[in-house]
Amino acid sequence: MTTNTTANAIIGAGTGATRTKGWSPRTESILRVVAPVTLGIIVLAIWQFLVTVGGVSDYLLPSPTSIMAELVAYWPAVVSATVLTGTNSLLGLLVGSLLGIVLAAVAARWRIADQMSAPIIAALAVVPIVALAPVLNSMFGADSQFGRQAIAAIASFVPIFINTLRGFRQTRPVHRDLMKAYAASSGQMLRSLTLPTARPFILTGIRIASSLAVISALVAEYFGGPRGGLGSLIATSAASSAYSRAWAYVGASIALGLLFYLATLALERLVLRRVPTGGSR
Amino acid sequence: MSDQIPTTTPAAETMTGAAGAEAAVEVRGLNKQFQTASGVVHALEGIDLTVEAGEFVSLIGPSGCGKSTLMRLIADLDVPTSGELTVFGKTATQARLDQDYGIAFQQAGLLPWRTVAANVALPLELHGVASAARRTRVADLLEMVGLTEFADRFPDQLSGGMQQRVAIARSLAEQPRLLLMDEPFGALDEMTREKMQTDLVRIAADTGAAVVFVTHSIPEAVFLSDRVVVMSPRPGRISDIIPMRLDAADGREERDDDLREASSFFEMVTEVREALHGGASDAENPAPRAARGVDTR
Repeated sequence: MTTNTTANAIIGAGTGATRTKGWSPRTESILRVVAPVTLGIIVLAIWQFLVTVGGVSDYLLPSPTSIMAELVAYWPAVVSATVLTGTNSLLGLLVGSLLGIVLAAVAARWRIADQMSAPIIAALAVVPIVALAPVLNSMFGADSQFGRQAIAAIASFVPIFINTLRGFRQTRPVHRDLMKAYAASSGQMLRSLTLPTARPFILTGIRIASSLAVISALVAEYFGGPRGGLGSLIATSAASSAYSRAWAYVGASIALGLLFYLATLALERLVLRRVPTGGSR
Repeated sequence: MSDQIPTTTPAAETMTGAAGAEAAVEVRGLNKQFQTASGVVHALEGIDLTVEAGEFVSLIGPSGCGKSTLMRLIADLDVPTSGELTVFGKTATQARLDQDYGIAFQQAGLLPWRTVAANVALPLELHGVASAARRTRVADLLEMVGLTEFADRFPDQLSGGMQQRVAIARSLAEQPRLLLMDEPFGALDEMTREKMQTDLVRIAADTGAAVVFVTHSIPEAVFLSDRVVVMSPRPGRISDIIPMRLDAADGREERDDDLREASSFFEMVTEVREALHGGASDAENPAPRAARGVDTR
């Protein structure tokens, strides 16, 4: 959730800057970067001012400089925690994507599979996946990362499955007629028509799932399992009243979520850049 | 009325070899009914038609006369309710599996993520033609439709007429003995349309392919065809089959833009128009229910 709002805030600030009148495109593109950065610096300055001069208690809200200091002091721990949580999220995202795409292909191909899976997908979509964390942790042992990876996988599976299935149903009648006229096998149909048609939908699903994978891998760490991830370090730092350190880890979590989101966004742009999705008559 | 004598055309006579004697399409007593929410629609009833090898036959009629349905049945995209239908002496399904026909629809139906060249190559790719042979063939086809310099463009970068030319090149990729075309020029402007017609006449003559061409334009049907099949709606029937007697009847390749201004051309246009109106008195104003269940594609 944190990552989403951060990303939206950046995009929101960007579009705000473009709407102002009469600047050259170059100035506009510079402003698109400068404006949100400036806003961020102003917010940090006000924050710092409130804490040091305004007398807001350091327990309630640590100052940006003390958070920065903690971040520097615990840098190796922050990095290893980010790598650990990041690996869990990435594995979960990969497995979830693979499962989502394959099962969506099955559901698109056989109506009965779709009807059978629909209630399960609906259940997965509404159940808070992290609620499974204590169960999975005890199932796979306290020293295994598997539970967290599984949670990330299930969380990313749902949007990818739903988007991919939707994408598989976008093939146009004229294209289906054409493939039938060519006596294409169902494998050829999938490779030459169904998958390429679904590609933009699959990529959107993966982009949505990327944030979910990070969030759920991180939150799953609150519910036991081995120490070391960002989530468990936030929890232990806060429990030992090291609020600045907890905030430093929160900052690292935001960075990780943003990294995943931007990486999948870049993938989407890269793949779709030279692939027009419509326009053929 | 529909029990016509198969007219042997000059083009058919030039066809030699084993396939020469065999009709491209043979239709006997064909019926097609669609089940709709409001009951059974008789899309086609008692259709008898023979298309000789190398012959150009147009199907013309008002909306709902089943002309597109008839073409889809020949292409094995739909299954007839009853009656006989053979393509080069085989069942329609076998002919489709053997890739005996090429097909073009009213929409170009190009795959938007493939370049022009890759779109033309699609059928060759699906049927395992080696990549070197594929490249040469695609280059030849693009030259034929005059799109060589657009080979690496994507469909959305082309005009509607160019897209349709790509679709025609694609339908010719495997040198089919039969071309099925469902109003391929329907969405084009008049200028492009006339140019495409001239091109198609030339291409059909060059390749010696039989063509079944669905249209609702009388001049188009007259200009292109050896015979024009006039159909009437509700139920879809063949009301007349008119052989085209044009001055340039000694070969379709002789047809060019001069023909469009010849008196024989206008005589044939008049004859087809009268057949259309006689066959269906309300052909100009088909009732809304005429289009129900048929001719949707």
